[in-house]
Amino acid sequence: MIHAVAYIGARTLKFISELGHITVFGFRLCVAAVTPPLRGGLLLDEIYKLGVLSLMIICISGLTVGMVLGLQGYNTLVRFGAEESLGAVVALSLIREFGPVMTALLLTGRAGSATTAEIGTMVATEQLDGLRMMSVDPIDYVVKPKALMMLLVTPLLSALFIVFGIFGGYLIGVAMMGGDSGTFIASMENSVDFVNDVAGSFLKAGLFGVLIGLVATYRGYSCEPTSAGVSAATTSTVVTTSVSILIFDYFITALWGV
Amino acid sequence: MEPTDPINPVNGAAHIVLDNVSMSFNGRRVFDSLSCEFPRGKISVVLGGSGVGKSTVLRLIGGLVRPCSGRILVDGDNVCELPDRKLYSVRDKLGMMFQGGALLDSLNVFDNLAFPLRESSKLDEEEIREEVHRRLRSVGLSDVDELLPGELSGGMVKRVALARAIMRSPEILMIDEPFSGLDPVSTKMIEALLLRLNRELGITMVVVSHHVRSTLRMADWIVLMLPDGAVAGTPGDLLNSQDPCVTRFLNEDPDEALAALENPDAATEYSR
Ligand SMILES: Nc1ncnc2c1ncn2[C@@H]1O[C@H](COP(=O)(O)OP(=O)(O)OP(=O)(O)O)[C@@H](O)[C@H]1O
Ligand SMILES: [Mg+2]
Repeated sequence: MIHAVAYIGARTLKFISELGHITVFGFRLCVAAVTPPLRGGLLLDEIYKLGVLSLMIICISGLTVGMVLGLQGYNTLVRFGAEESLGAVVALSLIREFGPVMTALLLTGRAGSATTAEIGTMVATEQLDGLRMMSVDPIDYVVKPKALMMLLVTPLLSALFIVFGIFGGYLIGVAMMGGDSGTFIASMENSVDFVNDVAGSFLKAGLFGVLIGLVATYRGYSCEPTSAGVSAATTSTVVTTSVSILIFDYFITALWGV
Repeated sequence: MEPTDPINPVNGAAHIVLDNVSMSFNGRRVFDSLSCEFPRGKISVVLGGSGVGKSTVLRLIGGLVRPCSGRILVDGDNVCELPDRKLYSVRDKLGMMFQGGALLDSLNVFDNLAFPLRESSKLDEEEIREEVHRRLRSVGLSDVDELLPGELSGGMVKRVALARAIMRSPEILMIDEPFSGLDPVSTKMIEALLLRLNRELGITMVVVSHHVRSTLRMADWIVLMLPDGAVAGTPGDLLNSQDPCVTRFLNEDPDEALAALENPDAATEYSR
């Protein structure tokens, strides 16, 4: 019994101190982000590694999720004789929910873990210490480009996911189920509101991007300098980020209605 | 501060002072109240068994880890108490070669060497190129510009790392095991390079080495780290020491050790 209490206490303390560390880390990252130099070359590298290399998985997943939504939506709506609203159902669920959330989850697995592993390996091989000894702050040189670009690519990839998803829904609803193309598009146009839905979707994706960027870089930066440490940090990035994304998603939706 | 040892001639101006430094990692003790000094403008060699904390001493001096207690003065600044911002200005005086090289593995050799200059000097690309090639030649490498660190041999990594450490012409050069994994010719060459840097530019050097013979040839000052504290002195002092731990460490082959000491010019000749 005592052991259990002690264990819970220790875990809580660890969690709180971790939260403190990540806050300080985030603060230093923000300072670095507004301090020159911008390091354009590194930013481009990161766009390629985080964004371009994730294009395939995002497009394929978007298309598949859209097709499933089309199928499920059609079968459900047909029961109420409301299949002409399929466009609205597919578009709204993708824009408000599936786009940002699925993109963030996929990016966590694809790019977040890679980021943690890369920084963690640099820690294990003393490359970050090497930078420090050359009077270069690793947060500025290594962490900043990765975190900033994660913030940039998440909304863009989320938008791409949504476009492919809607196309997938259209394929099912119109080409396969024989719905009317005009009705599909019109129902979509009538129901999607730019500020509430589209801008909100971008905002949500941006927040998830910040979350992935922060957790992934922090985990790498603070990992134990061993191969076991790097692998533990990578796993932890995927678990922590995925769970936080789902929790944040609920609160963003509940509080701001996006 | 530790009272300066009266019999010690080179200790007049200590560039780096460790004063009662204790260090432990996660509660595991590495050393307790270690005190030693590194004289300005001289080559000091840190000797000691594997795991006594030689690399840790270098990391402490660079402010990469903080001690549990004690003071570390680098050119008068206590690096244990400096905030991060100020630490960087102390590090501008330091060059460090890590035991594992610590080269940035996403950059090729040329960019690795150019990196410190691009970050903290105003040289243009042409001057940087010249400087990089000059340093590469001085460690005996050529035609390696385009190679990535992963494509280098262990000894080449060491030499590139050494070249990078001297890139910014530091006042204090810390080198972790420059000779391990090098063939005898490269060893002599690096030894000569270090001697030349020290004699011509007056760089203070802290060299961690296991190589007793080359240590005795080049060292002005030796810090021998033993599990229960450090013994420091000139090579002559230590060779004549009565302490069994010291003699056991130095005199694996006493004749050779003495020969090396009596003929310190042997290495210098190589540099010509
Ligand atoms: N980051 C770290 N975390 C935990 N323990 C460490 C860490 N770095 C070093 N140690 C411990 O400190 C001790 C000294 O390590 P250090 O690397 O300084 O030894 P060394 O004298 O350089 O040895 P070698 O000659 O083998 O390089 C070792 O026992 C090691 O286990
Ligand atoms: Mg070592």
